[in-house]
Amino acid sequence: MVKIRATHEKDTREMRAIYGEALMKAAEKHKNLVAINCDLCSSMGLKSFVKAFPDRAINVGIQEANGCSMAGGMAAAGMLPFFNTFSVFASRRVYDQIFMCAAYPKLNVKIVGGDAGVTATSNGGTHMPFEDIGILRVMPGITIMEPSDGVMLDDLVEQMAETEGLQYLRFTRKQTEKIYEEGSHFEIGKAVVVREGKDATIITCGILVTEALKAAETLAAEGLDVRVVDMFTIKPIDAACILESVKATGALVVAENHQLIGGLASAVAEVLADNAIGVPMEKIGIRDEFGEVGDQAYLMERFQLTAPYIVEAVKKAVSKK
Amino acid sequence: MDFEKLTRLSADIRIWTIRTIAEAGFGHIGGSASIADVLAVLYGGMMKIDPENPKWEERDWFVLSKGHCAPALYAALALRGFFPMDWLKTLNKGGTNLPSHADRLRVPGVDMSTGSLGQGISAAVGIALANRMQGRNSWTYTIVGDGECNEGQVWEACEVATHQALDHLIVFVDWNKKQLDGTLEQISNPVDLAGKFAAFGFACETVPGYDVKAIWEAIERAKAAPGKPHCIVLDTIKGLGVKLAEVEDFNHYLTFDVAKGETSVEEIERRLAEGTYPGGDFKW
Repeated sequence: MVKIRATHEKDTREMRAIYGEALMKAAEKHKNLVAINCDLCSSMGLKSFVKAFPDRAINVGIQEANGCSMAGGMAAAGMLPFFNTFSVFASRRVYDQIFMCAAYPKLNVKIVGGDAGVTATSNGGTHMPFEDIGILRVMPGITIMEPSDGVMLDDLVEQMAETEGLQYLRFTRKQTEKIYEEGSHFEIGKAVVVREGKDATIITCGILVTEALKAAETLAAEGLDVRVVDMFTIKPIDAACILESVKATGALVVAENHQLIGGLASAVAEVLADNAIGVPMEKIGIRDEFGEVGDQAYLMERFQLTAPYIVEAVKKAVSKK
Repeated sequence: MDFEKLTRLSADIRIWTIRTIAEAGFGHIGGSASIADVLAVLYGGMMKIDPENPKWEERDWFVLSKGHCAPALYAALALRGFFPMDWLKTLNKGGTNLPSHADRLRVPGVDMSTGSLGQGISAAVGIALANRMQGRNSWTYTIVGDGECNEGQVWEACEVATHQALDHLIVFVDWNKKQLDGTLEQISNPVDLAGKFAAFGFACETVPGYDVKAIWEAIERAKAAPGKPHCIVLDTIKGLGVKLAEVEDFNHYLTFDVAKGETSVEEIERRLAEGTYPGGDFKW
């Protein structure tokens, strides 16, 4: 059961702290859960986990390839490994390791990537994952998720521990706006309509859900009633929700903190194409560029990810109806 | 231990590897031949395994990090009864249970899928760690190729194995001196493989890789020495014991038919009979 908050103030807790606590709760329940990390305990919010479960926290040092393949071996031998590092290293650096030691042998490995998209901020272009969803989406059988707030993150971590199979979760380490009420429970693969509307649909995930909601409020004041969908599971994508939303609203904007090639917008477009649906569709996201340094506000403006850009995209889509 | 029996098993692994690859028409014969003896030791008595129950939790584990030499592993597993011998005739044919590279989902007795070099040893480190964390008294064995040691990930795995003091991990290096494109020295000289494993904190020794007694005794010594992971470098020859491969300089991957394969099978039996197995009059 999902409950959406009436107001969306900033969470007092960082996402990495929420992640670390969620992983500890899961570790209490699942005695075979191990947290593997690559010299990034602090950045990934695992310091408390290390104190609470010193024997189940494996810091392999700065060697993502070995750590990821080890996770596969540990899963084969009955453990429940969560492999933690920045999203760039959790995807492009260990792509073959995920393929060989988790996806191809169908092992129960969980990959968790921090600093999603522009939230890598001052680490800059080398550390800014705009391609992780795209390259992992073609991995057969993988589940890909990006939570939009701490309540969702907490719930998804619990479900990752409960669910068999290779999963990738990307998130920001920082605070987000609160979107959901405590105790909300999400179904992996089933999108959440966070705001109803009849004139257009914004499909988004992660930190852009907040931007989409702000955009919808602005548009409401201008007389446009916009639906906002939190597509927190990018694979398997909720095709039914996409098709129903498009049918109900007739115009679509997809907004993502990721390359437009291969990411959420591509996944949505594939669903539309597969179902022979022609609909005005605008996209907010990274347009075949690398990241760069800057604070999050700068980068969101630099890559045109903020609410005002979403407002314009919605108007453009609606104008093509 | 009856070492004559292990020697016979190593000959049978070579024979059925030849027949398996001959049925397919081509395959990785060179590196499969050079691991026949260590596989005979492991599957002929050293490993705690149950062919009736391949997933037995208390078993010893084996990862063929040089996954392209799966035909030799498949021969060993079939000879030990993990699956019917006639599966061996299906290698690489459409719909087979036996793909060219070791596959944990299709092959009973294969503990980890491998094929992308450098990763099997990491998986073995993970398995050894997981078994220790779960209180199992299991040994984890892995074979890495000498060419495979080009991969940086091999050395990452070694660092963690030592840091975690994984003394129930035994790594074999199939030091057969050749990789796909030529000799190790021609491609990217490893300088001193045994010295490198020792420098990474392993208890390391080098033994004749074609001598089942020497391999068996090296494993016994490793098992008796706690505190460090173990490396046993198998000093051997690529293609050893398989005449059709011995006579080729580039024997990583060869094409041959059943008739040609059977001449090498006959040569194995001849060498066994005259007491010159595995090498015969092959000069190295």
